[in-house]
Amino acid sequence: MADCGEPDGPDNKDNITRSKNEGKELTKEEKQRLRKQKKQQKKQKERKDEKGPSETEKEKTPVSLLPPRPVATQKAPSALPAPASAPIPVPASAPFHSSPTPSPADKPAKSKAELKAERRARQETDRASKQPGSSSSSIKTKAPLSELNPVVKRLPEHVQVDDPAVVKRLAKKLERQQIPLRSDYGYKVSLFSHLHQYSRKAPLTQQLSIPSTVIHPSIVRLGLQYSQGIVAGSNARSVALLHAFKQVIRDYTTPPNEELSRDLVNKLKPYISFLNQCRPLSASMGNAIKYIKKEISNIPSQCKEEEAKTKLLQCIDRYIEEKIVLAAKAISKYAIEKISDGDIILVYGCSSLVNHILCEAFEKSRKFRVIVVDSRPRLEGREALRRLVQRGISCTYVLISALSYILPEVSKVFLGAHALLANGYVMSRVGTSQIALVARTFNVPVLVCCETYKFCERVQTDSFVSNELDDPDDLMVTRKGKTQLENWQDVSSLGLLNLVYDVTPPDFVDLVITDLGMIPCTSVPVVLRVKNLDQ
Amino acid sequence: MPGADKEADLTERIEAFLADLKRGGCGTGPIRGSGETARETTALLRKVTAQARWSSAGDLMEIIRKEGRRMTAAQPSETTVGNMVLRVLKIIREEYARSRGSSEETDQQESLHKLLTSGGLSEENFRQHFVHLKANVIEAINELLTELDGTTDNIAMQALEHIHSNEVIMTVGRSRTVEAFLKDAARKRKFHVIVAECAPFCQGHEMATNLSKTGIETTVIADAAIFAVMSRVNKVIIGTQTVLANGGLRAVNGTHTVALAARHHSTPLIVCAPMFKLSPQFPNEEDTFHKFVSPHEVLPFTEGEILSKVNVHCPVFDYVPPELITLFISNIGGNAPSYIYRLMSELYHPEDHDL
Repeated sequence: MADCGEPDGPDNKDNITRSKNEGKELTKEEKQRLRKQKKQQKKQKERKDEKGPSETEKEKTPVSLLPPRPVATQKAPSALPAPASAPIPVPASAPFHSSPTPSPADKPAKSKAELKAERRARQETDRASKQPGSSSSSIKTKAPLSELNPVVKRLPEHVQVDDPAVVKRLAKKLERQQIPLRSDYGYKVSLFSHLHQYSRKAPLTQQLSIPSTVIHPSIVRLGLQYSQGIVAGSNARSVALLHAFKQVIRDYTTPPNEELSRDLVNKLKPYISFLNQCRPLSASMGNAIKYIKKEISNIPSQCKEEEAKTKLLQCIDRYIEEKIVLAAKAISKYAIEKISDGDIILVYGCSSLVNHILCEAFEKSRKFRVIVVDSRPRLEGREALRRLVQRGISCTYVLISALSYILPEVSKVFLGAHALLANGYVMSRVGTSQIALVARTFNVPVLVCCETYKFCERVQTDSFVSNELDDPDDLMVTRKGKTQLENWQDVSSLGLLNLVYDVTPPDFVDLVITDLGMIPCTSVPVVLRVKNLDQ
Repeated sequence: MPGADKEADLTERIEAFLADLKRGGCGTGPIRGSGETARETTALLRKVTAQARWSSAGDLMEIIRKEGRRMTAAQPSETTVGNMVLRVLKIIREEYARSRGSSEETDQQESLHKLLTSGGLSEENFRQHFVHLKANVIEAINELLTELDGTTDNIAMQALEHIHSNEVIMTVGRSRTVEAFLKDAARKRKFHVIVAECAPFCQGHEMATNLSKTGIETTVIADAAIFAVMSRVNKVIIGTQTVLANGGLRAVNGTHTVALAARHHSTPLIVCAPMFKLSPQFPNEEDTFHKFVSPHEVLPFTEGEILSKVNVHCPVFDYVPPELITLFISNIGGNAPSYIYRLMSELYHPEDHDL
């Protein structure tokens, strides 16, 4: 394993990932030899620098750390005592994190010795986890104890737009991947200055050169469809993404001296960045991408290319079939039990799952009426209205401001979800929380329908910290030939806010119908834990 | 003859006013605001008092009631017309009582004690003739008109008592009273206003442009985002079309949602409403409460094929119950919703409540 000695966060991580990838080839002795060489080089460099106090510290720590290491290599299967023993001889008294990724904010606070100790411990655990058979047990035994050691998750870039360092880092990363950076548009409301706000009239594809050798054409098309809103809706976006990836895999050939399992993952990274720039990824897309990456990296190295590709295509098809199509069938089976004759059901916007449920219920000859509630500026309810009316279901259509007028007639509310968060909050199209609030006031039951692949581990309590800002020009409307907000850009104190998502607190939701059954909102973390153990 | 001319002139004016009412409050945003309606009504009633032939207060009241019934029938949702008629009737009663020399208190509400001691209804029939009654009534109506002229300013003057710096205030749709209120506070304080656009008429856009032109930081949001942003709002200040007798509101649609979201986040809800909007009606869930306009606003005719198979509703008003309201700010000061019944008894006489 490489040990570069500089406490530089991202570079260090790169080294470790590189070493992880290449670690299988080096034997233990070679690794130790490499480490000793690097350390000697570093010592020579530092003698030249003539740093007084840190030098003595440095000379102390390698010496003090050397003895526990050979002990640790023999105790490799038990990963836990190794990281615990490593920092004890270290004279510095800093809190020890066994987290694999260093958080950039903590970096300057630690001294070089502490960082070295951390790196040492990380290498022990990495080596230990590489041992077959002990890996899962070590991770499992690590899990309960690591509750005390915080898992530092990296905050996604798209909620840190107000931090110039993060923006610069993203720009550098995109430059490396040869993807253009999309610029923000319009005056942003101060409460949301940490989010991007793009204009639909300036899609990212305008800045791409033709032909683009870095990005596969089906991905370019997909990105354009996302940014223009042609493909919208959680399920639709995920399915489109998976189909595009299937095309990418079909067209992929492994370059010489590379392994499919590693190279394909690296090929997918710029595509994902590109799609993220076109429109921030949804939770369902994130889960799908995680699944694909896992499948790709699990392909054994001796597998032939054609075989590997067909295997991957089958995996993707199976994912779509299981998680989306069959899940929809299971959910409608449960949901139809909840629809009785004479019901008046209220739905909001266009959720493919809820539409599916209503059509199935209508097929099974349930007598009910539907009220479709819609909101500006997206007006997605009209699409749902068309689909339901085509089937022959009798519908009523109102805007969301007429909600208090129409709710006394309603017997049930069915809502779709974009994601279910780990603290029980439902993230869905903006306006859903309002509907749940007013329904609760009128004592109307609220049922949320959501597949399990949309469950995500994030937690959120309000609609500000992580959201999406749509094109603000959509709020403009021309009535009687006059557009009031035509020149809103010229007025400096006027801002338009076009939110896409909001979160509904769990006490407004009575029931969540998933493919695993009907659960209360607060059982989402249980389902997530079960899912993680399965995988 | 001059008399006939004047009468013809009067009826012409009334007819024009009625036609305007029928067209004006058609829901695309009143062509006239409620303040102007109130002023026009009062001016018209003054003319009627001046020109119609009457000999006693009772006759005058009959004439005014008749005209009032016609005017309210033209546009039932425009309650300010009816309110002004009731105010004028109350003025007539007061002037009559003053001319008779009886003190104010005997004319007050029928109390149980009075019923028992006086043995039946009071024998006021307003048949006595007084020479100066006409002049007194017209003078009182002029006072009412000046009061009406100053309502918006009176309300706006109270703005600094309620808005502090760096507040985030939410409002819905367009209300001239609230606009004046916020502009007055903006002269001395800096704050942020969030305007909900209030589909389908989107009057919030006009409100936002007017506010931002005076330098107030304004943000326009869609109706669907009201609950999402409510957690950052410090106060909700709204206007209303009518204040009902129980302290509730008949306000533009979407206001009930705002009120519920405000209660969920424990945000105070302040209603800026001048006294001429106070109506003796109670809310009833029958058809008379709601007013509907063309569903074309909601689902335009371009949607074609599905239009015939779909019911579309476009209500204009919302009912907001009094327990969701924190404060009423009117031209006579701030009041709690539970006090509205008392104010009403001072403005209108209970016998006039049904015109």
